[in-house]
Amino acid sequence: MTPPRVHVDRDRCIGAGMCAMTAPEVFDQDPGDGLVLLLDADPPPAHRAAVRMTAGVCPSGAITLHDPGPGTP
Amino acid sequence: MTASESVHTVTAMPTARRPGCPFDPPAELVEARRHGPLSRFVHPGGKPGWLITGYDLVRSVLADPRFSSRKELLNVGDFEVPPAPPGEFLLMDEPQHSRYRKPLVGRFTVRRMRLLTERVEQITADCLDAMEKAGPPVDLVTAFAKPIPTIVICEILGVPYEDRASFQEQIDTFMGGETTDEELVAAYTATQEYLAGLVAAKRAHPTDDILSELTDSDLTDEELRGISLILLAAGFDTTANMLSLGTFALLRHPDQFAALRDDPSLTEGAVEELLRYLSVAKTFMRTALEDVELDGRTVEAGTTVVLSYHTANHDPERFADPHVLDVRRPYGGHLAFSHGVHQCLGQQLARVEMRVAFRALLDRFPTLRLAVPADEVALRPETADIYGVKSLPVTWDRTAS
Repeated sequence: MTPPRVHVDRDRCIGAGMCAMTAPEVFDQDPGDGLVLLLDADPPPAHRAAVRMTAGVCPSGAITLHDPGPGTP
Repeated sequence: MTASESVHTVTAMPTARRPGCPFDPPAELVEARRHGPLSRFVHPGGKPGWLITGYDLVRSVLADPRFSSRKELLNVGDFEVPPAPPGEFLLMDEPQHSRYRKPLVGRFTVRRMRLLTERVEQITADCLDAMEKAGPPVDLVTAFAKPIPTIVICEILGVPYEDRASFQEQIDTFMGGETTDEELVAAYTATQEYLAGLVAAKRAHPTDDILSELTDSDLTDEELRGISLILLAAGFDTTANMLSLGTFALLRHPDQFAALRDDPSLTEGAVEELLRYLSVAKTFMRTALEDVELDGRTVEAGTTVVLSYHTANHDPERFADPHVLDVRRPYGGHLAFSHGVHQCLGQQLARVEMRVAFRALLDRFPTLRLAVPADEVALRPETADIYGVKSLPVTWDRTAS
Protein backbone atom coordinates (compact mmCIF):
# COMPACT_ATOMS: atom_id res chain seq x y z
CA MET A 1 0.00 0.00 0.00
CA THR A 2 1.27 3.45 -0.85
CA PRO A 3 1.54 5.91 1.99
CA PRO A 4 -0.96 8.75 2.18
CA ARG A 5 0.29 12.15 1.24
CA VAL A 6 -1.13 14.68 3.61
CA HIS A 7 -2.32 18.07 2.46
CA VAL A 8 -3.65 20.87 4.63
CA ASP A 9 -5.67 23.89 3.56
CA ARG A 10 -5.05 26.81 5.90
CA ASP A 11 -7.80 28.84 4.21
CA ARG A 12 -10.38 26.26 5.25
CA CYS A 13 -8.90 25.63 8.70
CA ILE A 14 -10.84 27.00 11.68
CA GLY A 15 -8.20 26.15 14.31
CA ALA A 16 -10.29 23.70 16.33
CA GLY A 17 -7.14 21.72 17.13
CA MET A 18 -8.57 18.26 16.43
CA CYS A 19 -5.50 17.42 14.31
CA ALA A 20 -2.92 18.61 16.84
CA MET A 21 -4.78 16.61 19.47
CA THR A 22 -5.25 13.42 17.43
CA ALA A 23 -1.92 13.20 15.56
CA PRO A 24 0.54 15.56 17.28
CA GLU A 25 3.51 14.01 15.46
CA VAL A 26 2.06 15.13 12.15
CA PHE A 27 0.09 18.31 12.89
CA ASP A 28 0.51 21.34 15.07
CA GLN A 29 -1.14 24.74 15.33
CA ASP A 30 0.57 28.03 14.49
CA PRO A 31 1.15 29.75 17.84
CA GLY A 32 0.06 33.05 16.31
CA ASP A 33 -3.09 32.41 14.30
CA GLY A 34 -3.88 28.94 15.71
CA LEU A 35 -4.28 27.43 12.24
CA VAL A 36 -2.94 24.06 11.16
CA LEU A 37 0.77 23.45 10.59
CA LEU A 38 1.76 20.31 8.73
CA LEU A 39 4.86 18.82 10.35
CA ASP A 40 5.18 15.75 8.16
CA ALA A 41 3.53 15.40 4.75
CA ASP A 42 4.65 11.78 4.47
CA PRO A 43 4.08 10.32 7.90
CA PRO A 44 5.61 6.94 8.74
CA PRO A 45 3.30 3.91 8.98
CA ALA A 46 3.03 4.17 12.76
CA HIS A 47 1.17 7.47 12.45
CA ARG A 48 -1.05 6.74 9.46
CA ALA A 49 -4.05 5.47 11.38
CA ALA A 50 -4.07 8.65 13.47
CA VAL A 51 -3.73 10.76 10.31
CA ARG A 52 -6.71 9.01 8.71
CA MET A 53 -8.72 9.56 11.87
CA THR A 54 -7.70 13.23 11.83
CA ALA A 55 -8.80 13.74 8.23
CA GLY A 56 -12.12 12.20 9.23
CA VAL A 57 -12.75 14.35 12.30
CA CYS A 58 -11.41 17.69 11.02
CA PRO A 59 -14.48 19.94 11.35
CA SER A 60 -13.71 22.10 8.34
CA GLY A 61 -12.43 19.50 5.88
CA ALA A 62 -9.03 21.20 5.84
CA ILE A 63 -7.06 17.93 5.73
CA THR A 64 -6.98 15.72 2.67
CA LEU A 65 -5.08 12.53 2.04
CA HIS A 66 -3.77 11.68 -1.41
CA ASP A 67 -2.64 8.34 -2.61
CA PRO A 68 0.38 9.23 -4.76
CA GLY A 69 -0.26 6.15 -6.93
CA PRO A 70 2.26 3.94 -8.69
CA GLY A 71 5.18 5.59 -10.39
CA THR A 72 5.06 8.74 -8.25
CA PRO A 73 8.33 9.38 -6.47
CA MET B 1 -42.04 0.75 1.26
CA THR B 2 -41.45 4.03 -0.54
CA ALA B 3 -39.76 6.99 1.02
CA SER B 4 -42.91 9.09 0.98
CA GLU B 5 -44.80 6.49 2.99
CA SER B 6 -42.08 6.02 5.55
CA VAL B 7 -41.58 9.62 6.57
CA HIS B 8 -41.90 10.03 10.29
CA THR B 9 -43.31 13.18 11.83
CA VAL B 10 -42.41 14.75 15.15
CA THR B 11 -44.97 17.42 15.96
CA ALA B 12 -43.17 19.07 18.86
CA MET B 13 -39.84 18.90 20.64
CA PRO B 14 -40.24 16.57 23.62
CA THR B 15 -40.25 18.44 26.90
CA ALA B 16 -39.13 15.59 29.14
CA ARG B 17 -36.94 12.51 29.27
CA ARG B 18 -38.25 9.16 30.40
CA PRO B 19 -38.49 8.90 34.19
CA GLY B 20 -35.43 7.14 35.56
CA CYS B 21 -33.45 7.81 32.34
CA PRO B 22 -31.96 11.27 32.92
CA PHE B 23 -29.09 10.72 30.46
CA ASP B 24 -30.80 9.25 27.39
CA PRO B 25 -32.37 11.41 24.69
CA PRO B 26 -36.16 11.71 25.04
CA ALA B 27 -37.96 8.59 23.83
CA GLU B 28 -39.63 10.50 20.96
CA LEU B 29 -36.24 11.44 19.50
CA VAL B 30 -34.82 7.92 19.82
CA GLU B 31 -37.99 6.68 18.14
CA ALA B 32 -37.66 9.27 15.36
CA ARG B 33 -34.12 8.14 14.59
CA ARG B 34 -35.30 4.55 14.39
CA HIS B 35 -37.53 5.58 11.50
CA GLY B 36 -34.68 7.31 9.71
CA PRO B 37 -32.22 10.17 10.08
CA LEU B 38 -34.72 12.80 8.90
CA SER B 39 -38.20 13.46 10.30
CA ARG B 40 -40.80 16.05 9.44
CA PHE B 41 -41.10 18.53 12.23
CA VAL B 42 -43.33 21.41 13.32
CA HIS B 43 -41.50 24.29 14.98
CA PRO B 44 -43.00 25.66 18.22
CA GLY B 45 -44.08 28.78 16.29
CA GLY B 46 -46.05 26.58 13.89
CA LYS B 47 -43.75 26.60 10.85
CA PRO B 48 -42.97 23.29 9.17
CA GLY B 49 -39.39 22.12 9.33
CA TRP B 50 -37.24 19.02 9.64
CA LEU B 51 -35.65 17.25 12.56
CA ILE B 52 -32.36 15.43 12.00
CA THR B 53 -31.39 12.69 14.44
CA GLY B 54 -28.98 10.46 12.50
CA TYR B 55 -25.25 10.93 13.09
CA ASP B 56 -24.11 11.01 9.45
CA LEU B 57 -26.82 13.42 8.37
CA VAL B 58 -26.31 15.82 11.29
CA ARG B 59 -22.62 15.85 10.52
CA SER B 60 -23.08 16.48 6.80
CA VAL B 61 -25.54 19.34 7.36
CA LEU B 62 -23.10 20.98 9.79
CA ALA B 63 -20.38 20.83 7.13
CA ASP B 64 -22.67 22.09 4.34
CA PRO B 65 -22.42 25.81 3.50
CA ARG B 66 -25.92 25.65 1.97
CA PHE B 67 -27.17 25.62 5.55
CA SER B 68 -26.93 28.92 7.39
CA SER B 69 -26.46 29.73 11.08
CA ARG B 70 -27.82 33.27 10.70
CA LYS B 71 -30.28 34.04 13.44
CA GLU B 72 -32.45 36.31 11.29
CA LEU B 73 -33.11 33.47 8.84
CA LEU B 74 -34.68 31.24 11.51
CA ASN B 75 -38.06 30.34 10.11
CA VAL B 76 -39.94 28.89 13.03
CA GLY B 77 -43.03 31.08 13.37
CA ASP B 78 -44.91 34.06 11.98
CA PHE B 79 -42.58 36.61 13.45
CA GLU B 80 -39.40 38.39 12.47
CA VAL B 81 -36.24 37.20 14.17
CA PRO B 82 -33.66 39.97 14.58
CA PRO B 83 -30.08 39.30 13.52
CA ALA B 84 -27.57 38.33 16.20
CA PRO B 85 -26.08 41.37 17.94
CA PRO B 86 -22.57 42.32 16.81
CA GLY B 87 -19.95 39.92 18.15
CA GLU B 88 -22.31 37.03 18.89
CA PHE B 89 -20.73 34.95 16.16
CA LEU B 90 -22.41 31.63 16.91
CA LEU B 91 -25.45 32.80 14.94
CA MET B 92 -23.63 34.25 11.93
CA ASP B 93 -22.20 33.03 8.63
CA GLU B 94 -19.01 34.03 6.84
CA PRO B 95 -17.52 36.55 6.58
CA GLN B 96 -18.92 38.00 9.84
CA HIS B 97 -18.30 34.76 11.74
CA SER B 98 -14.59 34.78 10.83
CA ARG B 99 -14.19 38.44 11.70
CA TYR B 100 -14.88 37.48 15.32
CA ARG B 101 -13.56 33.94 15.51
CA LYS B 102 -10.23 34.46 13.73
CA PRO B 103 -8.61 36.76 16.32
CA LEU B 104 -9.50 34.25 19.05
CA VAL B 105 -8.31 31.00 17.51
CA GLY B 106 -4.63 31.44 18.42
CA ARG B 107 -5.64 31.92 22.06
CA PHE B 108 -7.35 28.51 22.36
CA THR B 109 -4.87 26.12 20.73
CA VAL B 110 -4.13 22.65 22.07
CA ARG B 111 -0.71 23.80 23.26
CA ARG B 112 -1.89 26.97 24.97
CA MET B 113 -4.67 25.12 26.74
CA ARG B 114 -2.30 22.40 27.94
CA LEU B 115 -0.09 25.11 29.42
CA LEU B 116 -3.06 25.95 31.65
CA THR B 117 -3.14 22.45 33.12
CA GLU B 118 -1.20 23.39 36.26
CA ARG B 119 -3.36 26.41 36.94
CA VAL B 120 -6.54 24.35 36.47
CA GLU B 121 -5.11 21.73 38.84
CA GLN B 122 -4.50 24.42 41.42
CA ILE B 123 -8.01 25.88 41.09
CA THR B 124 -9.48 22.38 41.31
CA ALA B 125 -7.38 21.53 44.39
CA ASP B 126 -8.62 24.72 46.08
CA CYS B 127 -12.23 23.67 45.46
CA LEU B 128 -11.57 20.16 46.74
CA ASP B 129 -9.79 21.53 49.83
CA ALA B 130 -12.82 23.67 50.59
CA MET B 131 -15.13 20.67 50.14
CA GLU B 132 -13.01 18.57 52.46
CA LYS B 133 -12.90 21.34 55.05
CA ALA B 134 -16.67 21.85 54.91
CA GLY B 135 -17.24 18.12 55.15
CA PRO B 136 -20.03 16.11 53.57
CA PRO B 137 -22.64 16.51 52.30
CA VAL B 138 -21.88 19.27 49.80
CA ASP B 139 -23.56 20.43 46.62
CA LEU B 140 -21.09 19.52 43.90
CA VAL B 141 -22.56 22.15 41.56
CA THR B 142 -21.74 25.13 43.74
CA ALA B 143 -18.59 23.70 45.36
CA PHE B 144 -16.93 22.26 42.29
CA ALA B 145 -18.66 22.22 38.91
CA LYS B 146 -19.41 25.94 38.65
CA PRO B 147 -16.37 27.59 40.24
CA ILE B 148 -13.69 25.68 38.31
CA PRO B 149 -14.67 26.68 34.75
CA THR B 150 -15.85 30.11 35.90
CA ILE B 151 -12.54 31.00 37.53
CA VAL B 152 -10.63 29.67 34.53
CA ILE B 153 -12.60 31.57 31.88
CA CYS B 154 -12.54 34.73 34.00
CA GLU B 155 -8.76 34.56 34.19
CA ILE B 156 -8.40 33.94 30.45
CA LEU B 157 -10.78 36.72 29.45
CA GLY B 158 -9.75 39.15 32.14
CA VAL B 159 -13.07 39.26 33.96
CA PRO B 160 -12.66 39.78 37.72
CA TYR B 161 -14.02 36.63 39.43
CA GLU B 162 -15.26 38.85 42.28
CA ASP B 163 -17.72 40.31 39.74
CA ARG B 164 -19.35 36.93 39.14
CA ALA B 165 -22.57 38.05 40.83
CA SER B 166 -22.98 40.36 37.82
CA PHE B 167 -23.06 37.57 35.27
CA GLN B 168 -23.10 34.04 36.71
CA GLU B 169 -26.74 33.80 37.76
CA GLN B 170 -27.88 35.79 34.73
CA ILE B 171 -26.17 33.42 32.34
CA ASP B 172 -27.61 30.52 34.30
CA THR B 173 -31.01 32.15 33.73
CA PHE B 174 -30.74 32.29 29.98
CA MET B 175 -29.26 28.84 29.62
CA GLY B 176 -31.53 27.13 32.15
CA GLY B 177 -34.77 27.16 30.16
CA GLU B 178 -37.13 27.94 33.03
CA THR B 179 -37.75 31.66 32.70
CA THR B 180 -40.30 34.04 31.30
CA ASP B 181 -39.36 36.28 28.38
CA GLU B 182 -39.24 39.26 30.75
CA GLU B 183 -36.77 37.51 33.05
CA LEU B 184 -34.71 36.51 30.03
CA VAL B 185 -34.53 40.07 28.73
CA ALA B 186 -33.72 41.41 32.19
CA ALA B 187 -30.91 38.87 32.64
CA TYR B 188 -29.53 39.60 29.18
CA THR B 189 -29.68 43.37 29.67
CA ALA B 190 -27.99 43.19 33.07
CA THR B 191 -25.16 41.07 31.64
CA GLN B 192 -24.77 43.47 28.70
CA GLU B 193 -24.52 46.43 31.06
CA TYR B 194 -21.88 44.68 33.12
CA LEU B 195 -19.87 43.75 30.02
CA ALA B 196 -20.12 47.29 28.60
CA GLY B 197 -18.49 48.58 31.76
CA LEU B 198 -15.85 45.90 31.60
CA VAL B 199 -14.95 46.65 27.96
CA ALA B 200 -14.63 50.34 28.82
CA ALA B 201 -12.36 49.46 31.74
CA LYS B 202 -10.13 47.30 29.53
CA ARG B 203 -9.83 50.08 26.97
CA ALA B 204 -8.80 52.52 29.67
CA HIS B 205 -6.49 50.16 31.55
CA PRO B 206 -5.47 47.13 29.49
CA THR B 207 -4.33 44.07 31.44
CA ASP B 208 -2.80 40.76 30.32
CA ASP B 209 -5.85 38.93 29.00
CA ILE B 210 -7.90 38.27 25.86
CA LEU B 211 -10.35 41.14 26.30
CA SER B 212 -7.59 43.70 26.68
CA GLU B 213 -5.80 42.27 23.67
CA LEU B 214 -8.97 42.50 21.59
CA THR B 215 -9.36 46.20 22.41
CA ASP B 216 -6.21 46.67 20.32
CA SER B 217 -8.06 45.87 17.07
CA ASP B 218 -10.75 47.38 14.86
CA LEU B 219 -13.52 45.70 16.89
CA THR B 220 -16.08 48.15 18.28
CA ASP B 221 -17.19 48.25 21.90
CA GLU B 222 -20.49 46.70 20.91
CA GLU B 223 -18.71 43.86 19.14
CA LEU B 224 -16.38 43.28 22.07
CA ARG B 225 -19.38 43.07 24.38
CA GLY B 226 -20.97 40.42 22.16
CA ILE B 227 -17.76 38.41 21.95
CA SER B 228 -17.30 38.59 25.72
CA LEU B 229 -20.82 37.38 26.29
CA ILE B 230 -20.35 34.39 23.99
CA LEU B 231 -17.00 33.44 25.51
CA LEU B 232 -18.18 33.86 29.07
CA ALA B 233 -21.45 31.97 28.64
CA ALA B 234 -19.95 29.21 26.52
CA GLY B 235 -16.92 29.17 28.79
CA PHE B 236 -18.53 28.12 32.00
CA ASP B 237 -22.13 27.02 31.71
CA THR B 238 -21.32 24.16 29.33
CA THR B 239 -18.30 22.84 31.24
CA ALA B 240 -20.00 23.32 34.61
CA ASN B 241 -22.90 21.17 33.44
CA MET B 242 -20.57 18.55 32.01
CA LEU B 243 -18.75 18.31 35.34
CA SER B 244 -21.88 18.01 37.45
CA LEU B 245 -23.99 15.88 35.11
CA GLY B 246 -20.88 13.81 34.30
CA THR B 247 -20.30 13.11 37.99
CA PHE B 248 -23.97 12.19 38.38
CA ALA B 249 -23.66 9.80 35.44
CA LEU B 250 -20.53 8.18 36.89
CA LEU B 251 -22.21 7.81 40.28
CA ARG B 252 -25.18 6.12 38.58
CA HIS B 253 -22.78 3.68 36.89
CA PRO B 254 -20.61 2.45 39.79
CA ASP B 255 -18.62 0.06 37.59
CA GLN B 256 -17.63 2.97 35.34
CA PHE B 257 -16.87 5.17 38.34
CA ALA B 258 -14.62 2.46 39.77
CA ALA B 259 -12.89 1.81 36.45
CA LEU B 260 -12.04 5.48 36.00
CA ARG B 261 -11.07 5.94 39.66
CA ASP B 262 -8.71 2.98 39.58
CA ASP B 263 -7.05 3.68 36.23
CA PRO B 264 -5.91 7.25 35.48
CA SER B 265 -4.98 6.21 31.93
CA LEU B 266 -8.71 6.07 31.17
CA THR B 267 -9.23 9.76 31.93
CA GLU B 268 -8.95 11.22 28.42
CA GLY B 269 -11.17 8.56 26.89
CA ALA B 270 -13.69 8.86 29.72
CA VAL B 271 -14.00 12.60 29.09
CA GLU B 272 -14.73 11.98 25.39
CA GLU B 273 -17.25 9.31 26.31
CA LEU B 274 -19.01 11.59 28.79
CA LEU B 275 -19.12 14.30 26.11
CA ARG B 276 -20.73 11.86 23.69
CA TYR B 277 -23.05 10.23 26.17
CA LEU B 278 -24.33 13.44 27.78
CA SER B 279 -24.16 15.92 24.85
CA VAL B 280 -25.27 18.76 27.14
CA ALA B 281 -25.52 21.17 24.18
CA LYS B 282 -28.39 19.10 22.85
CA THR B 283 -29.71 20.78 19.73
CA PHE B 284 -28.85 23.50 17.24
CA MET B 285 -30.64 24.85 14.18
CA ARG B 286 -29.68 25.66 10.61
CA THR B 287 -31.70 27.20 7.77
CA ALA B 288 -31.45 26.07 4.15
CA LEU B 289 -30.22 28.84 1.81
CA GLU B 290 -31.38 26.88 -1.25
CA ASP B 291 -33.30 23.67 -1.93
CA VAL B 292 -31.17 20.82 -0.58
CA GLU B 293 -31.69 17.09 -1.11
CA LEU B 294 -31.30 15.19 2.16
CA ASP B 295 -31.92 11.48 2.51
CA GLY B 296 -34.15 11.47 -0.58
CA ARG B 297 -36.19 14.51 0.49
CA THR B 298 -36.05 18.13 -0.51
CA VAL B 299 -35.45 20.59 2.27
CA GLU B 300 -36.78 23.75 0.67
CA ALA B 301 -34.90 27.03 0.70
CA GLY B 302 -35.79 29.01 3.80
CA THR B 303 -36.73 25.97 5.90
CA THR B 304 -35.19 25.64 9.35
CA VAL B 305 -33.91 22.24 10.44
CA VAL B 306 -33.32 21.13 14.03
CA LEU B 307 -30.21 19.03 14.63
CA SER B 308 -30.29 16.78 17.69
CA TYR B 309 -26.64 16.31 18.62
CA HIS B 310 -27.67 14.23 21.60
CA THR B 311 -29.66 11.73 19.52
CA ALA B 312 -26.96 11.69 16.81
CA ASN B 313 -24.39 10.85 19.48
CA HIS B 314 -26.65 7.93 20.46
CA ASP B 315 -26.99 6.65 16.90
CA PRO B 316 -26.45 2.86 16.96
CA GLU B 317 -25.25 2.99 13.36
CA ARG B 318 -22.27 5.01 14.57
CA PHE B 319 -21.81 3.93 18.19
CA ALA B 320 -22.28 0.34 19.36
CA ASP B 321 -24.66 0.12 22.35
CA PRO B 322 -25.05 3.91 22.27
CA HIS B 323 -27.08 4.18 25.46
CA VAL B 324 -24.31 2.49 27.45
CA LEU B 325 -21.77 4.67 29.27
CA ASP B 326 -18.44 2.98 28.61
CA VAL B 327 -15.33 4.88 29.73
CA ARG B 328 -13.21 2.45 27.70
CA ARG B 329 -15.07 3.15 24.43
CA PRO B 330 -12.65 4.01 21.62
CA TYR B 331 -12.92 7.61 20.44
CA GLY B 332 -15.51 7.78 17.69
CA GLY B 333 -15.77 11.40 16.56
CA HIS B 334 -18.73 12.54 18.65
CA LEU B 335 -20.61 15.74 17.82
CA ALA B 336 -20.71 17.16 21.35
CA PHE B 337 -18.65 20.17 20.21
CA SER B 338 -20.57 20.33 16.90
CA HIS B 339 -18.87 20.03 13.51
CA GLY B 340 -18.13 22.37 10.63
CA VAL B 341 -16.86 25.94 10.90
CA HIS B 342 -18.79 26.59 14.12
CA GLN B 343 -17.20 23.71 16.03
CA CYS B 344 -16.52 24.80 19.59
CA LEU B 345 -13.70 27.34 19.86
CA GLY B 346 -13.05 26.44 23.50
CA GLN B 347 -13.13 22.67 23.16
CA GLN B 348 -9.45 22.21 24.03
CA LEU B 349 -9.94 24.29 27.16
CA ALA B 350 -13.02 22.25 28.08
CA ARG B 351 -11.03 19.04 27.66
CA VAL B 352 -8.21 20.24 29.92
CA GLU B 353 -10.73 21.35 32.56
CA MET B 354 -12.65 18.07 32.46
CA ARG B 355 -9.57 15.84 32.47
CA VAL B 356 -8.10 17.66 35.43
CA ALA B 357 -11.33 18.06 37.39
CA PHE B 358 -12.76 14.53 37.05
CA ARG B 359 -9.34 13.01 37.80
CA ALA B 360 -8.78 15.14 40.89
CA LEU B 361 -12.33 14.59 42.17
CA LEU B 362 -12.07 10.81 42.01
CA ASP B 363 -8.55 10.81 43.44
CA ARG B 364 -9.58 12.99 46.36
CA PHE B 365 -12.92 11.32 47.12
CA PRO B 366 -12.69 7.68 46.03
CA THR B 367 -15.81 6.87 48.08
CA LEU B 368 -17.87 9.69 46.54
CA ARG B 369 -21.60 8.92 46.34
CA LEU B 370 -24.95 10.65 46.12
CA ALA B 371 -26.24 12.11 49.38
CA VAL B 372 -29.87 11.88 48.20
CA PRO B 373 -31.81 9.24 46.26
CA ALA B 374 -31.01 9.52 42.55
CA ASP B 375 -34.60 10.42 41.63
CA GLU B 376 -34.40 13.45 43.91
CA VAL B 377 -31.54 15.02 41.96
CA ALA B 378 -33.00 18.14 40.34
CA LEU B 379 -32.37 18.28 36.61
CA ARG B 380 -32.68 21.15 34.18
CA PRO B 381 -35.75 20.81 31.98
CA GLU B 382 -35.44 19.40 28.48
CA THR B 383 -36.21 22.91 27.19
CA ALA B 384 -32.91 24.28 28.55
CA ASP B 385 -30.30 25.20 25.94
CA ILE B 386 -27.72 23.35 28.01
CA TYR B 387 -28.82 20.27 29.93
CA GLY B 388 -27.56 19.53 33.41
CA VAL B 389 -28.30 19.11 37.10
CA LYS B 390 -29.36 22.06 39.22
CA SER B 391 -27.70 20.70 42.33
CA LEU B 392 -25.92 17.47 43.16
CA PRO B 393 -25.68 16.65 46.87
CA VAL B 394 -22.75 14.27 47.40
CA THR B 395 -21.10 12.64 50.36
CA TRP B 396 -18.01 10.52 51.03
CA ASP B 397 -16.24 8.60 53.79
CA ARG B 398 -13.88 10.77 55.72
CA THR B 399 -10.47 9.18 56.02
CA ALA B 400 -8.93 9.00 59.47
CA SER B 401 -5.93 11.30 59.41
